Amino acid sequence: MTPLLTLDDLRKSFGGLRATDGLSLTVLPGELHALIGPNGAGKTTAIGQITGEIAPDSGRILFEGRDITRTPAARRVRLGLSRSFQIVQLLDAATAEDNVALAVQARQGHSFRFWADATRDESLRHPARLLLVEAGLPPARWDLPVADLSAGERKQIELAVALAAQPRLLVLDEPMAGLGPSESRAMTETLQRLKGQVAILLVEHDMEAVFALADRISVLVYGRCIATGTAAEIRANPEVRAAYLSEEDAV
Amino acid sequence: MRNRLRSRLPSRDAVALTLLLALAIALPWLAEAAGNPAGIALATRIAIYALAASALNLALGQGGMVSFGHAAFFGLGGYAVGILYAHWSWQEPLLGILPGTVSLPLTLLAAVGLGGLAAAAIGALSLRTSGVQFIMITLAFAQMLFFLFVSLKAYGGDDGLSVRRQGEFPGLSLRDPAQLYWLCLGLLVGWLALLRRVTRSRFGQVLAGARQNERRLRALGLTPYPYKLAGFILSGMGTALAGALMVNQARFVSPDMLHWTKSGELMIMVILGGVGTLLGPVFGAAALVGLESILSAWTENWQIILGPILLLVVLFGRGGLMALLRRVLPA
Amino acid sequence: MGLLLEQLLNGLQLGVMLFLLAAGLTLVFGIMGVINLAHGSLYMVGAFASAWVATKTGSALAALAAGLAAAALTGMAVELLVLRRLYARDHLDQVLATFGLILFFNQGMVLLFGRQPLFVEIPAALRGAVELAPGLPYPAYRLAIIAVGLLVAAGLYLLIQRTRTGMLVRAGATHREMVRALGVDIRLLYTLVFGLGALLAGLAGLMAGPIFSVQVGMGEQILIMTFVVVVIGGIGSVRGALAGAVLVGLVDTLLRAYLPAALRGVMQGPDADALAAGLASMGVYLLMAVVLLLRPRGLFPAHA
Repeated sequence: MTPLLTLDDLRKSFGGLRATDGLSLTVLPGELHALIGPNGAGKTTAIGQITGEIAPDSGRILFEGRDITRTPAARRVRLGLSRSFQIVQLLDAATAEDNVALAVQARQGHSFRFWADATRDESLRHPARLLLVEAGLPPARWDLPVADLSAGERKQIELAVALAAQPRLLVLDEPMAGLGPSESRAMTETLQRLKGQVAILLVEHDMEAVFALADRISVLVYGRCIATGTAAEIRANPEVRAAYLSEEDAV
Repeated sequence: MRNRLRSRLPSRDAVALTLLLALAIALPWLAEAAGNPAGIALATRIAIYALAASALNLALGQGGMVSFGHAAFFGLGGYAVGILYAHWSWQEPLLGILPGTVSLPLTLLAAVGLGGLAAAAIGALSLRTSGVQFIMITLAFAQMLFFLFVSLKAYGGDDGLSVRRQGEFPGLSLRDPAQLYWLCLGLLVGWLALLRRVTRSRFGQVLAGARQNERRLRALGLTPYPYKLAGFILSGMGTALAGALMVNQARFVSPDMLHWTKSGELMIMVILGGVGTLLGPVFGAAALVGLESILSAWTENWQIILGPILLLVVLFGRGGLMALLRRVLPA
Repeated sequence: MGLLLEQLLNGLQLGVMLFLLAAGLTLVFGIMGVINLAHGSLYMVGAFASAWVATKTGSALAALAAGLAAAALTGMAVELLVLRRLYARDHLDQVLATFGLILFFNQGMVLLFGRQPLFVEIPAALRGAVELAPGLPYPAYRLAIIAVGLLVAAGLYLLIQRTRTGMLVRAGATHREMVRALGVDIRLLYTLVFGLGALLAGLAGLMAGPIFSVQVGMGEQILIMTFVVVVIGGIGSVRGALAGAVLVGLVDTLLRAYLPAALRGVMQGPDADALAAGLASMGVYLLMAVVLLLRPRGLFPAHA
């Protein structure tokens, strides 16, 4: 099977720090691929390069066989590579539905339309509501400014917004971070439902969720991928145990 | 996107607005009846500044572009009228090809076009920066134009140009202050209607998004720059239109219209009224122009009172007059 | 050759004046994140206080002390009463509130001293000229300004690089949250930094007195140039302020000196002079636009 996303020997240094050090990785169509690693392993820098916010020093990024190493972030989204942020990035003054409607609008092409009322455009509003249902936000919360919503609800909107791009690859940056146990469970269920419909690259610290959800797991240590495999393989891998799990256990 | 702009006008607001508009239309007769015909000129100035301030508000309140150089567009609009008049009176085409004119539709069109072109050039460069740098680079461009017009002796330099012939508009006699007022009021209302549509359009949603979170826009697949530039251009065009009207009313244009304090005044009107609201800048313009006229009738040193008033508004009156109004008259 | 040297010195003299203003402005911006349009008002306050005391007492030293004290005290009062409330606000609010302060100060000066410009004499010790080279006299007073400016620059460098206060100032400019978290009395630091900036602005104002006339509005003319300096140098960077100030001073002075002659080669005299004056005034803004487009954060960006 041709990979959906290929990272080929990516390197990125900040001053003397090698945040990404020869990272190679593939995400296959339809799989849920988790990227784990101890703090400081370079996960955030890797995501930055995949989504186009950080330019790698060397190496290549292929999406559906096409070289996107130098493609601007906004274009990558239009190519089908959408992401969520660890720290929620939403339009705080706007409502939940407005946020998702704008994402739907972005998906529909350019927005140089000055006349028709977008706030009452059902071709934007209807898909937005469907996405909010899919992300699990109760309808009573749709018309509130997102600044007034809880952390869990904001994460749900963040997911709905990322899905609105109708991506072929969804990069989720710690969707469980900052959630309580019940919110975490709800998010895990939502991702379980999404699994198979869209390929997902999941960066997450919640190991319970990762091992329950992932088809394959890659382990990042010091900016490089030391192992890729199924949950069972990763659990059994001595190198991973040494580099990561032991450290995690010790904490 | 922005609730205050977005929510459908409730009927009480509609009634209040209709009354306000009726009052504005009847104002010249009321002024005559009250024995205060000078009030018409004051109201005209308010309408013109309201137009300029709400144009600035499109960039500042909707798009989050804190321009400290909008006097450039105000002044360019004014000079478009002044220069076309000058060439008309000298009977000598501008640059040897463009004949001068006093036809108001033509001069207004020229002003709006010039404002748009200048905003395209200034915006294209300035929008590569953000934050304080954006504030300062817009100021720098306005200062350049200010000094350019100061040095153009052909158009009066420092002293400015008098426009001795009233603009001609088919069917109107603009020598009559009331008719000039109605024209300005009509253009203001038309501009506000346009702004209302634009802010609710797909374009307006993206512009408001750019103000709130550019990183989010990029993650949606939208590049903020072209949208912000388009908003900036539209804003410059509206401000230039106001400048052109101002010269028709004052019959005079000088580099003062491009001075940086004029940019500051327009910002004050926006903040005083309420940033990002449709009618805020209108109330802000009315308050500032009105306050100036009242205070200056009372004391020559009126700015010593106006300064602290501004301070108090910024420190304690968040949201401006619109927020105050909303407390009295909730939506 | 002699003329060029004279113009270079004139440019340097304008540069150090701009530096005195820009140093305070850039520190206040870098550390507190406030755009203070009223910085020019402090310059004006220093100039007026010094001019008034000079005419009353005839003592240059008393005038110096009065100008410095008036500017520093006014500055600290402004910080305590107004700016302190603006630190957490956005730039728009700051621009507006300090614009209000300008109106207040300008009109206040009109009430106190009237609209007529005050003329200030050069202190007796600094009258006359110094012969820099045979046949090349240069006014002693202007040389003194350059010397004072360079001394202040050196003093600021020592203060910022070598003292504990300076360390806090540097840390405050780059890691504002960290300094706050460490429990430093940031409010006192802010007031002191603001007072120091005001003092330097007052120093520039009182030294400007004998060269330019002391009048209402003098602050704004130089304020905008100062902003140009700060932005070119990189907001928050004192080193950048010095480099930007000298650059702006030289560009402005040289354009004014040589552009009219250059234009007179292609145009009529009076028109050429007017256009040259305009273009020379535009020069520094053009410089700033070019710098910002090439290096959006200025020549010496302070924040990482």
